[in-house]
Amino acid sequence: MWDRPLSVAMLALGGQGGGVLTKWLVDIAEHQGFLAQSTYVAGVAQRTGATVYCVEMFPQAEAEKHGNPVFTPYPVPGDIDLVITGEFAETGRAILKGFVTPNATTLIASSHRVYSIDEKSALGDGRLDQSTVLRVAREVSKELICFDMEQAAEDAGSIISAVMLGAIAASRALPFERSDFEDAIRRGAKAVSRNLAGFDAGYRLATAAPAVSGGAQAAEMPHAEGAVGEALLRRTAKLPQPARISAGHGALRALDYQDEAYAYLYLDRVELCAAADNATQNHELTEVFARNLALQMCYEDTLRVADLKTRASRFARVREHLGVADDQPAYIVEYFHPRYEEVCDTMPAAIGRKMAESARLRRWLAPLFRKGRNVTTNKIGGYLLLSVLSGFRRWRRSTYRFALQQEFITSWIEQVIAAARDDYRFAVALCDCMDIVRGYGDTYERGRTRFETATRLARASEVGNRADILRRLHKAALADEDGNRFHELQSELEAEIEAESVAV
Amino acid sequence: MAERSFKQEVEKLRLGDGEIFAGEGILAVTKALLECGVSYVGGYQGSPISHLMDVLSDAEEILRELGVHFESSASEAAAAAMAAASVNYPLRGAVTWKSTVGTNVASDALANLASGGVKGGVVVIVGEDYGEGSSIMQERTHAFAMKSQMWLIDPAPNTEDIVRAVANAFELSEASNTPVFLQLRIRSCHVHGRFTAKDNRVPSPTLADALANPVRDIDRIVLPPASFLHEQEKVNERWPAAVRFIREHKLNRRIEGRRSDIGIICQGGLLNSLLRTMERLGLADSFGNSQLPIYVLNVAYPLVDDEILDFCRDKASVLLVEEGQPNYIEQSINTVLRHGDCQAAIIGKGILPVAGEYTSTVLRAGLVAYLAGADPAWVAPDDPLLQVKQAMEVIADSVPARPPGLCTGCPERPVFASLKLMQQELGDFHISGDIGCHLFSILPPFNLGNTTMGYGLGAAGASAFNVSSEKPAISLMGDGGFWHNGLTSGIGNAVFNKNDGLTIVIDNNYAAATGGQDLLSSKGENPVRSTQHKIEKAARGVGVKWAKTVKTYDIAAMRSALKEAVNGKGNGPKVLVAQSECMLNRQRREKPQFVKAVHDGKRMEQDRFGVDADTCTGDHACIRLSGCPSLTIKANPDPLKKQPVSFVDNSCVGCGNCGEVAHEAVLCPSFYKGTVVHNPGALDRALWRLRSGFIGWLQERAARGRMRAA
Repeated sequence: MWDRPLSVAMLALGGQGGGVLTKWLVDIAEHQGFLAQSTYVAGVAQRTGATVYCVEMFPQAEAEKHGNPVFTPYPVPGDIDLVITGEFAETGRAILKGFVTPNATTLIASSHRVYSIDEKSALGDGRLDQSTVLRVAREVSKELICFDMEQAAEDAGSIISAVMLGAIAASRALPFERSDFEDAIRRGAKAVSRNLAGFDAGYRLATAAPAVSGGAQAAEMPHAEGAVGEALLRRTAKLPQPARISAGHGALRALDYQDEAYAYLYLDRVELCAAADNATQNHELTEVFARNLALQMCYEDTLRVADLKTRASRFARVREHLGVADDQPAYIVEYFHPRYEEVCDTMPAAIGRKMAESARLRRWLAPLFRKGRNVTTNKIGGYLLLSVLSGFRRWRRSTYRFALQQEFITSWIEQVIAAARDDYRFAVALCDCMDIVRGYGDTYERGRTRFETATRLARASEVGNRADILRRLHKAALADEDGNRFHELQSELEAEIEAESVAV
Repeated sequence: MAERSFKQEVEKLRLGDGEIFAGEGILAVTKALLECGVSYVGGYQGSPISHLMDVLSDAEEILRELGVHFESSASEAAAAAMAAASVNYPLRGAVTWKSTVGTNVASDALANLASGGVKGGVVVIVGEDYGEGSSIMQERTHAFAMKSQMWLIDPAPNTEDIVRAVANAFELSEASNTPVFLQLRIRSCHVHGRFTAKDNRVPSPTLADALANPVRDIDRIVLPPASFLHEQEKVNERWPAAVRFIREHKLNRRIEGRRSDIGIICQGGLLNSLLRTMERLGLADSFGNSQLPIYVLNVAYPLVDDEILDFCRDKASVLLVEEGQPNYIEQSINTVLRHGDCQAAIIGKGILPVAGEYTSTVLRAGLVAYLAGADPAWVAPDDPLLQVKQAMEVIADSVPARPPGLCTGCPERPVFASLKLMQQELGDFHISGDIGCHLFSILPPFNLGNTTMGYGLGAAGASAFNVSSEKPAISLMGDGGFWHNGLTSGIGNAVFNKNDGLTIVIDNNYAAATGGQDLLSSKGENPVRSTQHKIEKAARGVGVKWAKTVKTYDIAAMRSALKEAVNGKGNGPKVLVAQSECMLNRQRREKPQFVKAVHDGKRMEQDRFGVDADTCTGDHACIRLSGCPSLTIKANPDPLKKQPVSFVDNSCVGCGNCGEVAHEAVLCPSFYKGTVVHNPGALDRALWRLRSGFIGWLQERAARGRMRAA
């Protein structure tokens, strides 16, 4: 006995083929003797964000007995039998719209992400925490089928809507047989074999796969390629357990970046921190220190970029990204824009300093570096240029930037070690906060200035409060590009410090 | 050529008597127009009726066979004025647009049309862009119906009712000599359903017949003294005739319920949502049988006083479900009941929200609140959402919003990147926005634009700032808005008033935001329209001296043109035409050609961008200057780094913006362009072998060096 229509809601992004899937569902229903209605808001391809499609169906034979059912133009919460979301954040949205209810709804969700602009444009990591949404999705649905449908579609050489259709068929949430679904694909008469392949993949994975979240994987100990590396890794064994993996990666990175001596300098510094670390805190400090020290010591300069860009392994990665056949010509054009500042950085320290500080030299020479340059790395001229540049790294220690960087690192290490003794949380925060000092040009300058301001303000407050203040400033530094939030907080804190000093 | 093709589906328009038509709302409406013997159809695209315009365009052959003239009007005003053909002749006509914005534009013509009245039926099909999925201010077409005394039909959202409403609208229009609005809500336009078709009707008389035998009736022209006569006619003749017709033909519907003491009055467009919500509350079944009597206003204006009094007479209270504000219907019904000395209480706004869409959740709360007062014995079933409330709270703040944005490879992106870079250099400018895809500039990541005053009004929206300034106002306008009215209201206005500001006209060859319809400046050949009229030439034609056309992807040229324009040398307005084809349409056009060429063995080059993860800083500055869907992020493969890295997915079309931006904004050196050669020739192959052989040898040497040190 049918007392109401079967109700299906679908949340898809522009370009995911929500319309195609809707058409299939209506077609299947109508061919199986159902009355069917669908509605949607015309998604103008990619431009509109997410669209809700609504499909309802009711057996015609029952309608002849009881009258035509009233179909709704928009999903009615509490009443929805099947919800399909073509992307994982949309699963969260479907739940927030009230479409998913525990006794009624089978939820079919793709675990892959299409990041929203806010997540993508964050200065740090602005991504949604998928594991919470997954837990909630399991909690509020009658049944949850969740796997990476985008990947499944790609593997099957198909489109995601076909995979979704397969998952719907497998869920048994609709009263149709597998062959009914496949017939609809055939009737569509477009890309039939590809769609059937996607359908099959969806069907199989929906039947087999446990719900997955696509969370981050834990880092593993690296493998050394030679004796020097092995010796370095052996030395990390002396470090506290939680820091070993990062220190191992860090040491090999320093070796790859410069030379053996530099790698040992790195490990010396990590050991210095480990000695000041506190076992009761599970050596958290050494781990973050090791990670951030490696990144600061292996800062990216012109020489490093030239080195990385010319490696065979990188060429292979690019070819894989481009998806080209073995002997197919594919040229790699780089977009470089070395500015006057980068040129100063790469000069011997004395000359670099003079160039950086002399307004006249800057006026004369800076215009030469106003335009970006394109270099084709896998043509002979381009390769030679970059590989010669990369070879200069053996003189890196004498460059201006190296001197500046070591000065910065040394002072940071001193602060961390000092803080480790009397304010452990502050020491950890000093390492975490280092992630705002990265990149090139303006990004680097901005990060470094803010790091220095932040640590100065934190140190100006009482022991015990420092970590919190630094973390707040750290977060503010990553809030917006123009530094509005950071500067607001900075003035606020400076005013507080002023008030306190007056009170004293 | 529009984004979505209905070429195949329009064949359904040929169905005849008794055949079952299954399809979308917009096709059903078109079919109904043909069944009603319409002579002419015009309109202007805009969601939610863009696809109706596309259907009509694609059906042009079928329309011609029937002798129906279809016009892609220059604006809603032009479309509304078309209906003048029905003033003196018994010709049926239909015009369509997005409302209320389109109705605003059309108002002048509509008011004139409604004043003089019509002989042939005129139906104004408005896509009521209200609530979920809407892109405009939230207003009601109802107000226009009231002020000009045009009738407003609001059918239930299913194809059968919509098709019936079209026929009713023509008959009502002719019975009362008044143009009639047929209001289609967003989802009604795209509802798939079925109905039994009738034969199409060839219009008679034809447009040619009318032209051959002109009729002139001075009483139908809006000029004193006839205009005073019209006002009297409206209230003394047309309005009563309309009410009579609605009553006699039972255009409004009554669902009888078990209860006699309470009831509901609702707009037709809300009936389905209301009934289904009532079903959840145990107040109705799924077949439209309700415990409470319901009076359904399929005609939302004018009201039929007798029917209202008859429905309310024996009731203590009636719930009025009227979406949108002001609550015109509630006010009118209260007046009717007062005049009719009926004591039933009308409960509407207050229990239901004054403003905002009446979704099922909203209706449920309203029904529960109403019944709690009207029938204290009634117990509401548990709200299923209570079970999920807590779960919702857990994720409420973390699910990211997904605002609309520009498509992959959109040619407008480099224009906004250029503007953003210019602002970084010269400080912020006042930017007057317009309607179109380019209005997405106000959203992240560009965050550009201060106001938007309506379609084609970007330049006019900056006209007050006609004062000397280091930083003149900048206005934006799309090609669609330019031809709609911007050429006169914006450019001509600026020339005449000697405004020195800059107007950037985004010329992407189509009315892109509404789905890629052709317009005067479209570059492609259109067999039934005249295209290829240049925007720069039109601007110069109205007196602009400083006019330039720049390819949008050339950010360096764009930046220098922008700077030249705002540096204010020379008097008078500056018009910068930012030209490049809409990528969506370009891909649709070029991709099949490309695939075919590769398949046929022709040598073809294909560009795609990439980011080297190991040099990417994870700062995402590139994304903040782009927002391209294909430029996204992924987990950092480097175990030492936490921030996700930028990543170009395989939807990249190689437009070149990423590289240009990397150069101009001095971003990190991570971007690269991969140029893939398909079907390489002998020389290609030889050069490739030479290069990769030599470089491979050098790479091996370098790797050996590294190995020795490792």
